[in-house]
Amino acid sequence: MNLKGKAHKFGDSINTDYIISGKYKFKTLDMDELATHVMEDLDPDFCSKVTAGDFIVAGKNFGLGSSREQAPLAIKHAKISAVIARSFARIFFRNAINTGLPILICRDADRIDEGDELEVDLSSGLIINRTKEEELKAEKLPPIMIRILEEGGLAEHLIRHGGFEV
Amino acid sequence: MGMTISEKILGAHSGIEANAGDIVVADIDYAMGQDGTTPLSIRAFQKMKGGSLKNSDRLSIVIDHSSPSPNEGVSALHKMMREFAEEKGCNIYDIGEGVCHQLIPERGHVVPGDLVVGADSHTCTYGALNAFSTGIGSTDLAAVWLTGKLWFRVPSTINIVYRGRLPKGVFSKDIMLHTVGKMTADGASYEAVEFRGSTISRMSVDARMTMSNMAVEMGAKAGIFECDQKVMDYVSAKTNRQPKPTGSDDDAVFSRELEIRVSDLIPMVARPHSVDNVAPVEALLETPIQQAFIGTCTNGRLEDLRIAARILKGRRIKHGVRLIVAPASKNIFLDAMRVGIIHTIVKAGGVFVTPGCGCCVGTHNGIPSDGENVISTANRNFKGRMGNSNAFIYLASPATVAASALKGCIADPREVVW
Repeated sequence: MNLKGKAHKFGDSINTDYIISGKYKFKTLDMDELATHVMEDLDPDFCSKVTAGDFIVAGKNFGLGSSREQAPLAIKHAKISAVIARSFARIFFRNAINTGLPILICRDADRIDEGDELEVDLSSGLIINRTKEEELKAEKLPPIMIRILEEGGLAEHLIRHGGFEV
Repeated sequence: MGMTISEKILGAHSGIEANAGDIVVADIDYAMGQDGTTPLSIRAFQKMKGGSLKNSDRLSIVIDHSSPSPNEGVSALHKMMREFAEEKGCNIYDIGEGVCHQLIPERGHVVPGDLVVGADSHTCTYGALNAFSTGIGSTDLAAVWLTGKLWFRVPSTINIVYRGRLPKGVFSKDIMLHTVGKMTADGASYEAVEFRGSTISRMSVDARMTMSNMAVEMGAKAGIFECDQKVMDYVSAKTNRQPKPTGSDDDAVFSRELEIRVSDLIPMVARPHSVDNVAPVEALLETPIQQAFIGTCTNGRLEDLRIAARILKGRRIKHGVRLIVAPASKNIFLDAMRVGIIHTIVKAGGVFVTPGCGCCVGTHNGIPSDGENVISTANRNFKGRMGNSNAFIYLASPATVAASALKGCIADPREVVW
């Protein structure tokens, strides 16, 4: 699957409270409503800057903190096509895959700057930076995660196989 | 080759020999969800076309994060949980029962050797009972409701050995803040941590829970203690289920080994806005505070309230400081009432709120104002965590928080006579 969009750059240790603040996430299941508050404490205008298909690019330990799936879901509903980071916190990593939000672990994510135009091939993990005319490579995910992601998420995986198919 | 506790527990629950790095599908002994995560699990379960719950006697859902409901949005989600529990025959702990991570061990749902998951990142708390327990998301929890199983990558393990006696005024919270500061917020990512040593053997199960609770603050998947008589006594008082004490082999392979000596440790504080931004209390004395909070799954247990009460007894908190206290469960609230702790704290100027997550997660019960400093016994101090991104949160032990409430600024509990 090929994705295209521009980069929205964040630093290290972007926690789930920054992604979607607790003051919103506990009171609704309306992800489109939550999506309007994504990254609000770090950049109040973030939501209005995103064009469908854009990427979040960050440093290490993206998504640390709470286990709430509202974080990847709100990012997905904010029309972000994938998150590229140097590393991810464990529960966010699982939740993103389970809810069908593609994520890419790229040691060289720092080489991408705000506004860079990117093309991403999810199956090979190839990231092409069109602005810098540079190619970056993301790490391969464990096979079970690729499978769940390709099938659209964990719910779809379980419906299709009637259980875990690893 | 020798095995770690995590390898043994995950292996025993998946029927294969499990080594670090392996992917296993394992049977779950107990699963929990709270009101911030369960509504999404219910939705995922419906999407999975789930009917009845697999092993419904081994599941609980807990209303603790916004308890009682502060607004109609939350009320609708609580109603959804209550109706689901009624329809599916699932145990529910409703408002005021307490924080999930106190209730699951306190009500006897966990024994040594168990594999437990919970849709809350601090589910690692039950590692204090020699269980492998870890936080998952809502869809994972729905998968457990549907199948009774979940997939795991077997983690490698970091072995941390603590030696020496804790000085007066220094507690397991200080040890853990020190450890997180040393390890950093992602120093144990995807790994398990085993805590052991002579310091741990002398520690109560409650004090150990403070440490296992914060294992996730260094990125760990689980923070596990060995089973000893204290754990066996804790568990046997609460359940008839058979414990399966699980230890690491002498030749178990650890990814890293650390030894930490605690005899010279001093009270520690995590500064805004990250848990690994740790400093000795001495470096922060005189930092003014407007709010002090004692409670949470980290430090809201009887022993914590007792320490705070001993410091506050016969004194009065500084004018201009708000001291908010949330016992971690109704049973702790009752015990504290029985022994006079509540009376002491209220007389000193403290305010009690419903047992639950209280103001730790920013839903209600004490949201700080712009520019205010809060000192809290919680486990997280991220910007905006308590509901206002313009407030500053410092984390410390119940003793340091109580001493700070008296003085109106961050204070060293060793300087208060108690």
